[in-house]
Amino acid sequence: MALKSIKRREKDLTFLEKLYIPEILKGLSLTFKNMLRPKFTFEYPEEKFIPPGSYRGRPVLVEDSNGEERCVACGLCSRVCPALAIEVQAGETEREKERYPEKFEINMLRCIFCGFCEEVCPEEAIIMSKDYELAFSTREEAIYGKDKLLVPISQIQDRIDFLRQYK
Amino acid sequence: MSDFWAMIVFSLVKILVIIGILFNTVAYLVYFERKVSAWAQNRIGPNRVGWRGVLQPFADVFKLLLKEDIVPEKSDRIIHTLAPMIALFVAFTTFAVIPFGPEVTLFGYNVPLVVADINMGVLFVLALTSLGVYAITLAGWSSGSKYSLLGGIRSSAQMISYEISMGFSIGGVLLLSESLRPIAIVQSQSGWMWNAIIQPIGFITFLVSAFAETNRLPFDLPEAEPELVGGFHTEYSSMKFAGFFLSEYANMTIASALIVTLYLGGWQIPYIELLGLPAGLVVALQVGAFIFKLVALLFFFLWVRWSLPRFRYDQLMSLGWKVMFPLSLINIIWVALLIMVFGI
Repeated sequence: MALKSIKRREKDLTFLEKLYIPEILKGLSLTFKNMLRPKFTFEYPEEKFIPPGSYRGRPVLVEDSNGEERCVACGLCSRVCPALAIEVQAGETEREKERYPEKFEINMLRCIFCGFCEEVCPEEAIIMSKDYELAFSTREEAIYGKDKLLVPISQIQDRIDFLRQYK
Repeated sequence: MSDFWAMIVFSLVKILVIIGILFNTVAYLVYFERKVSAWAQNRIGPNRVGWRGVLQPFADVFKLLLKEDIVPEKSDRIIHTLAPMIALFVAFTTFAVIPFGPEVTLFGYNVPLVVADINMGVLFVLALTSLGVYAITLAGWSSGSKYSLLGGIRSSAQMISYEISMGFSIGGVLLLSESLRPIAIVQSQSGWMWNAIIQPIGFITFLVSAFAETNRLPFDLPEAEPELVGGFHTEYSSMKFAGFFLSEYANMTIASALIVTLYLGGWQIPYIELLGLPAGLVVALQVGAFIFKLVALLFFFLWVRWSLPRFRYDQLMSLGWKVMFPLSLINIIWVALLIMVFGI
């Protein structure tokens, strides 16, 4: 019959908290302090977000400092791509690296930015860049050929450094 | 005869000025609501339309005007159209009895700076603000939607529980002023004898009830978005929605003006008569003081909205009946004691 003494639970409010007013004042002072703090907003079109090296933006092909592409058209990226966005056709050259991609197309409507292509590439030739402004007005425009994919290595050095350190 | 015409002309000018100011206040209150919400969350807020976004309210209204006016098939068309009109009517009429300055002498006439100096002004405000609940309840009922209906019912239940403590808190003020005239109430608070200082409990209960009356957070249960979609205005669009939207902000302005009049000394600046300033400047300063107090309270309304979470429905009811109601009674006893003991 005897009731056990009821312990104070964590969620039970003290008398001062039940009065609401001190707690309300605490909340109000917190929001007021926040009003005076610096703002986080990026004013986007004028001020752009520059992502860190860990960011996976649009995949690009690396153009070495001597102006040659690194890709040897092995087709691994195309095989691993879960969205079937990459199409590669190999060609031959007289240079030391015999193979090169005659055609390399990424359908940006299909790409899901998973970064598998980058991970699987044995030549470090396909890299996720920082480019995130991808808007097209037609479906044809969304298929990026080699003209748009080849990017000088200097522009994506950040990402390459990141991959070498953490991959 | 000429006195009669002068009165009419002065009244018309006052009405036009007040309506103009009120419309602009409401428009810019919407803008400041968005700005304050942004500041409280470390954002910038609207800043695209005009300099720092000052034309944003007009852009909003323009957009709402161009929207399609959707009336649900199962709704009661007449009442559905009438409800936002009632809301706007109530919101903009109440300001008639709020004095925003002392009596001034213009062209040889004594002009009180209030549209209608009626001797039961406080009752008039109470009656009209209670009428405002009909707009919400009717809107909820006529929409033919369960969310709207729930919002409308909540609104009337909330009104019943908070109107009582509101009325009793005003009782304390009336005991001191011995009049229902807003001007007399303001004059009874000369110097630092503000009702907010003399009867702090009544001030707090009235403030909380005003939040509940205007359906502002933390008491915005009639429109509680997460539970009721949009509450009573779920089925409203275009300018009908804008009617409700604007009347909410107009109600906020009225509630703030009422609090200023009843509790914060109205237009008065304590001991300004001791400075010996010219009469015209004093009047200007006093009107300025009224506007300053009003704006400060409006900021408080916005500030509270972006600081506090919404009450649960049962918490709201228990706060209204078990806390606010007894507190307002205690306040009346306190004021009565003050009058008995100190003879204020």
